[in-house]
Amino acid sequence: MKLLLTTIIALLATFAYPARASLNVFACEPEWGALSRELGGDKVNVYTATTALQDPHRIEARPSLISRARMADLVVCTGAELEVGWLPLVQTQSGNPRIQQGRPGFFEAARYVNMIEVPQRLDRSLGDVHASGNPHIHLDPRNIARVATALADRMAELDPSEAAHYRARVKDFLQRWQQAIPRWEKEGASLKGMSIVVYHRDLSYLVSWLGMREAGSLEPKPGIPPGTGHLSELAAKLGREPAKAVVRSAYNDPRPAEWLAERARIPAVTLPYTVGGTDKAKDLFGLFDDTVARLAAVLK
Amino acid sequence: MLKTYIVGLALVSALACSSPAFAQDSDLAQLREEMKQLRRSYEDRMQALEKRVADAEARAAKAERTATAAPSAPAPSTPASASAFNPAISLVLQGTYARTSQDPNSFAITGFVPSGGEVGPPKRSFGLGESELFITASVDPYFRGALVAALTPENELEVEEAYFQTLSLPRGFTLKGGRFLSGIGYQNEIHQHAWDFQDAPLPYKAFLGGRFQQDGVQLKWIAPTPVFLELGAEIGSGRAFPGNDQNKNGASTYALLAHLGGDIGQSYAWRAGVSHLRTSATNRAFEDVDSLGGLTTNSFTGRSRLWIADAVLKWAPNGNATYTNVKLQAEYFRRKENGSLVYDDSAGSGLFGSVSDSFRTVQSGWYAQGIYQFIPRWRVGYRYDELRRGTSDMGIVNNGLGPTAADFTVLASHKPTRNTLMLDFSPSEFSRLRLQLAQDKSRFGATDNQIILQYIHSLGPHGAHKF
Repeated sequence: MKLLLTTIIALLATFAYPARASLNVFACEPEWGALSRELGGDKVNVYTATTALQDPHRIEARPSLISRARMADLVVCTGAELEVGWLPLVQTQSGNPRIQQGRPGFFEAARYVNMIEVPQRLDRSLGDVHASGNPHIHLDPRNIARVATALADRMAELDPSEAAHYRARVKDFLQRWQQAIPRWEKEGASLKGMSIVVYHRDLSYLVSWLGMREAGSLEPKPGIPPGTGHLSELAAKLGREPAKAVVRSAYNDPRPAEWLAERARIPAVTLPYTVGGTDKAKDLFGLFDDTVARLAAVLK
Repeated sequence: MLKTYIVGLALVSALACSSPAFAQDSDLAQLREEMKQLRRSYEDRMQALEKRVADAEARAAKAERTATAAPSAPAPSTPASASAFNPAISLVLQGTYARTSQDPNSFAITGFVPSGGEVGPPKRSFGLGESELFITASVDPYFRGALVAALTPENELEVEEAYFQTLSLPRGFTLKGGRFLSGIGYQNEIHQHAWDFQDAPLPYKAFLGGRFQQDGVQLKWIAPTPVFLELGAEIGSGRAFPGNDQNKNGASTYALLAHLGGDIGQSYAWRAGVSHLRTSATNRAFEDVDSLGGLTTNSFTGRSRLWIADAVLKWAPNGNATYTNVKLQAEYFRRKENGSLVYDDSAGSGLFGSVSDSFRTVQSGWYAQGIYQFIPRWRVGYRYDELRRGTSDMGIVNNGLGPTAADFTVLASHKPTRNTLMLDFSPSEFSRLRLQLAQDKSRFGATDNQIILQYIHSLGPHGAHKF
């Protein structure tokens, strides 16, 4: 029995470290996984806990997440209660002191940006609201830049021997990023004032960055699935105040969006939402290229 | 309020300024007129001031809105009040409406020693379930503390769990101490409000009194591998069934557990494991009736060893459980008890008095269940439970001199089974309404048809659920 266990552990351990990078990163969402890769290069080993096709609110504390968190030196998450349904459990069960709340190995991106849609009143009758504001911060590229700076500092702090490597990479990344932002803003200039219907309020930072307008959301309240009553009301509202498109994220159910789009005779647009959401959104640059292009295509 | 105060002040000062010792009628009239003017002028000024305050507020709110709409510089926010350190508190409210064809008060699982837990079906008609109160917080950088208290419908307060857990042990170790739900099996650690059916599976009811609470310590280790491997050991006082309170030094319950788990592609996640619980009992008594209907008391002293094998498999398309998902879960239990049994009918027929001899049983049971969320919010589920009474070797019966097998009514030969169907609707993550239909053949010769309606509401910052 004992021998069997030791053999199993030894076997598993050989799979555990394919390439011994200096920093094991556990990214809660694909955008932070992609950013960690940009900043760490070959010095980090990145595991991304969720995919673009998974609703970030409804993740379970799966055994694989616990075992991956056990091996992590750095956990990079959004914070602001986005992962409240699974991350605290993964942290306490992982038996890994490095990644606990308040330790340098636990990085919450939302701490480094200005949150919007901070609720004036906290009550669950308003749906699944987040006390510290809308947590879907990554769809404003300026937020990515802020998080990148803080994340590179954190990586350098945790892995001082490679600090110069992280500093050089973040400098290079930010340079490319700052060049890309005006390009996206130019391509998206026509979107200013464009009125869209969203599925969940997960595109608010994008809407605010590009100066678009949100004409409504398919969810009657955050976290409450779209019902026929609410959709009909929304269709009637769009009859009075037309919008340009119904926009959903890759992980959302396509049916309500398509139903409403057909009723309102406007296109239904699927955005990648995060890295991996569409074929073109292979990395953070691709994510914004594709997002802006898909929205701009509506007006053409 | 402020206005009356100022008017009052003006009144007093007006009186003080123009106060001849003996005011005459004409003076009085003049005074009244002055007061009236004063009051009017103050009222006008107050109104003007109030308007300015309201305007300023409106401007500030507008400025705030524009400020939040255009994020500029990062501003880390930290709540500054002392109450920010309060632990997270959440509350679960539960209740049922039940219709059963058999009396729930007479619930028993024939062939199995009564486990003493609250294992029967809910009360008939409207019934309040346990209201569970969860209080958790980090103690300091090294520990986390949790309390789970249940307010029972009988107006009692029960401590379900009250434990500390380490946050800083290195190399994948976690130590838990206090009272906690043992890590054996799969469902044991899950709180009732997160169960997929209103009640526990039959093996849990028969072998653990619904669930096994440990008063002791638990050490868990997670292997540093991408495949989830968890090993755990527990020692405890063994006060809960199948043990009992023995008033002795040292531990009397030991548990070992091992779980493996992982993902298969994006869509499947699984966990499987084995657990072993070893405990002992001293004079663990239960009441029974003999073949003549006289009251008897049986008490067991000896060792109880339980093995559990558990497996759970979850499926969701691309791992996105929001729209549809499936959960399959099964557990197998096997228990060996070895010791002596005292049979005492002195309170009843008095035929044999108190007789003691050896007692050995090997019993088993299993259940399997499947839950399918077919559209958002709606789930259906089916569960099958079965218990095997197994073999029993009772010295009292074997020697042929004293009581016969018929004098142990509770332990009569029977194969308890149950079929359960469930449909639930969750308006949000925080509420759930459930309809459960069951055909329960736990009792020998009696089928209990149950219809149960249940609600579960979670209030507050409800914590994460286990896989």
